[in-house]
Amino acid sequence: MLADKDRIFTNLYGRHDWTLAGARERGAWVGTKEFIDSGRDWITNEVKASGLRGRGGAGFPTALKWTFMPKVNDGRPHYLLVNADESEPGTCKDREILRHDPHHLVEGCLLAARAMDAHLAFIYVRGEFIRERQNLERAVEEAYEARLIGKDNIHGWDLDIIVHHGAGAYICGEETALMESLEGKKGQPRLKPPFPAGMGVYGNPTTVNNVESIAVVPEILRRSGAWFASIGRANNTGTKLMCVSGHVNNPATFEEAMGESFKDIIEKHCGGVRGGWDNLLAVIPGGASVPCVPGEKIQNAIVDFDGLREVGSSMGTAAIIVMDKSTDIIKAIWRLSAFYKHESCGQCTPCREGTGWMMRVMERMVEGRAQKREIDMLFEVTKQIEGHTICALGDAAAWPIQGLIRNFRHVIEERIDQYTYSSTSDGAVPSIAAE
Amino acid sequence: MVARRLADESVQPAAFAFNADNAKWAEWKIGLYPAGRQQSAVIPLLMRAQDQDGWISRATIETIADMLNMAYIRVLEVATFYTQFQLQPVGSRAHIQVCGTTPCQLRGAEGLIEICKSKIHHDPHHLSADGTLSWEEVECLGACVNAPMVAIFHDTYEDLTPERFEEVVDAFQAGNGASIKPGPQVARIFSAAAFGQTTLLETPTATREKFVPPAPPESPAAAVAAPAAAPAGNAPQPATTASKPRDVVEESAPAIKGTPAEAKVSTAKAEGERKAANAAAKANGKPNEAMREGATGAESDAGKIDGGDAVGKATDNAPAEGAAPAVTKKSRTIIAPKANPKEVNPVAEVGGEATLFVAPAGPADDLKLIGGVGPVLERRLNSLGIAKWSQVAALTPEDIAKVEEALSFKGRVARDNWLAQAEALARGGEAEYIRVFGKKPR
Repeated sequence: MLADKDRIFTNLYGRHDWTLAGARERGAWVGTKEFIDSGRDWITNEVKASGLRGRGGAGFPTALKWTFMPKVNDGRPHYLLVNADESEPGTCKDREILRHDPHHLVEGCLLAARAMDAHLAFIYVRGEFIRERQNLERAVEEAYEARLIGKDNIHGWDLDIIVHHGAGAYICGEETALMESLEGKKGQPRLKPPFPAGMGVYGNPTTVNNVESIAVVPEILRRSGAWFASIGRANNTGTKLMCVSGHVNNPATFEEAMGESFKDIIEKHCGGVRGGWDNLLAVIPGGASVPCVPGEKIQNAIVDFDGLREVGSSMGTAAIIVMDKSTDIIKAIWRLSAFYKHESCGQCTPCREGTGWMMRVMERMVEGRAQKREIDMLFEVTKQIEGHTICALGDAAAWPIQGLIRNFRHVIEERIDQYTYSSTSDGAVPSIAAE
Repeated sequence: MVARRLADESVQPAAFAFNADNAKWAEWKIGLYPAGRQQSAVIPLLMRAQDQDGWISRATIETIADMLNMAYIRVLEVATFYTQFQLQPVGSRAHIQVCGTTPCQLRGAEGLIEICKSKIHHDPHHLSADGTLSWEEVECLGACVNAPMVAIFHDTYEDLTPERFEEVVDAFQAGNGASIKPGPQVARIFSAAAFGQTTLLETPTATREKFVPPAPPESPAAAVAAPAAAPAGNAPQPATTASKPRDVVEESAPAIKGTPAEAKVSTAKAEGERKAANAAAKANGKPNEAMREGATGAESDAGKIDGGDAVGKATDNAPAEGAAPAVTKKSRTIIAPKANPKEVNPVAEVGGEATLFVAPAGPADDLKLIGGVGPVLERRLNSLGIAKWSQVAALTPEDIAKVEEALSFKGRVARDNWLAQAEALARGGEAEYIRVFGKKPR
């Protein structure tokens, strides 16, 4: 378990002053000039040595992503685009950074911008985070006033930061949709290639990083990459903001080391599962788009990228949604299907039509008004949607249903039996054809 | 996808204009974006208009399109695509957005929706009888730890119970919304656990404790010649004497100025460690990358760990460029390390790489000069035991088959004519290559 002195986000709960003065007291903006002076390669190498993997869900090594930016400037400006469009159900970690530790992010932007030769950074905050955005905007203003960023600042690396925002579209969390939205269009993902590092915002080289990935960079440089790498297991290093929601005694957001066991984390920070561990039904360990894991399998799982892959799921954003045995699991997954149906951008047919179709079938399965063979058909359709769309929203919509069928098929079948039984005893035969 | 249309003509106002403050703000916002990219400001402007009027009307869309030199259809597209924009009038005192997605649903959001239905209107997006309230169910608002929650205009009201939510609704209906404090509606500090925070109990400071890397396991015998079977990536590399700072005082170089006092580590010591680490790195045949000139104490351990004692750790955790070949060279006839295949190259995961060849002594040649060999392939060739041009030139057809098998690149050797290229390079280096092929090696 992580000690307080090793925590990066020291104002997670807003107990202290989040403005510049308070952030300085907690160690922000110390030694920044020296890191900037050490140059692009040094920053990248130190982050590489830390083993930092992207905190937005995919877990791609952050430093490696930075190296995709052109080494030699061909005259086009380079951009850093920070993805603060946090909308994955279950995830609320970036919110705490934006409203309580915004200077970590602002300082991280400066350092990351140096590492990719950028002089302009955009921070795209989701539209619903209004108070959070106001805090961030204030932090950016403070940084300008103190000449920490901007033209001719005291660090010797010009950087302008534009705080931009969206207006309630989940899909804008996808990096190319994010860029489209930033350009003032509908947030429909672009085909790749060309990749953002070659042609991103306004056709210029762009790197998109999650808020948390950028906000931990100053501390990594201050304490050395080796420090960060010493926490957690190989390939799964560092600390991570985790948010536990659902049926635990005390839902909470906290920063913890990677590589701890699921049970320890829940016991320590959330006071255990509601009704005890025997009452645990299933867990969605990484935000809505990862498959759910049955309770008995997750208890001893290690919470990091590799540990959760071993139990057939994924770390995602470390947004842990806990469901106890009072949960109607079919309904819970149906609600996720409804979410993806609502958020599909409508660009690719398999997703636009498929998410709605899946939601409607799931809706019937919640009641049990279905045939058992439809379970296989539903599974087959999810397989047809997965991988056949421009972005990963199609996959994300398919996986929760696949996880449900894989792990809780018997629940669906029982529900269908129950429905058929009550229908016949009530004298009414369910008619699928009438759908 | 949701089908969204503009409101009926009967409720559309004739015109829209920003008030003075907002107009000034809009001008500033548009000016932020790079020249010619004013279209970027469309979402912020629409949002500001919604803050002013409560909803987005046709007139709003047209006015903003004119401000940004956009076609009306483009702004209409944006307004209908993004669901946060209200396309019909909302309640004058509150528009209540209830989050209904799974994390909130698990903690009782359905109860809140029932209250909205009974107190406001059966259907979302409809005004209550007195026109003061409206509601809708929205997708995840990003406060899942404080579920269930609602958003009303700029604020969120979290950790609601049905009883508390009724009070909130009543307060807003009475025009008394300001009396409700936003945030958690139970005794709780933001997203900390309700029974009290479990972390951050100490008062944070600006000082950072110096990071001391964990001591390597004691294994004196494994010093230079690691046992042949042990993968070098895990073999502990005991610190040589070189890794200890020699004469700290003597080497307190004048190089560093402006070391942050908060780092609280003597720069002289850091400098000593850096040099020592460099020396150790040299001894290990591995460049000391993590440690640069003029490092401060705060970072000195990075150098120490790479240079001094834990090459294995460094290769494990961070596939630093060149780390793998360096170890290979050092162990020479010993088995080549598996240098973290997942990170270095996903293909390597399939077969793994075992040493097929024995690299001759002496410095390795730059295999990248052979057209078709990049840094990744070079690294993998090195780990197969191929480090010299002469080795490539001497490959037999059986060898080539083995190499291609190991690299999963069928036909690559012949297609890029590695043998002839390597032969020329081995004979006379770059000059010979230019003579034979009439161009510089890549």
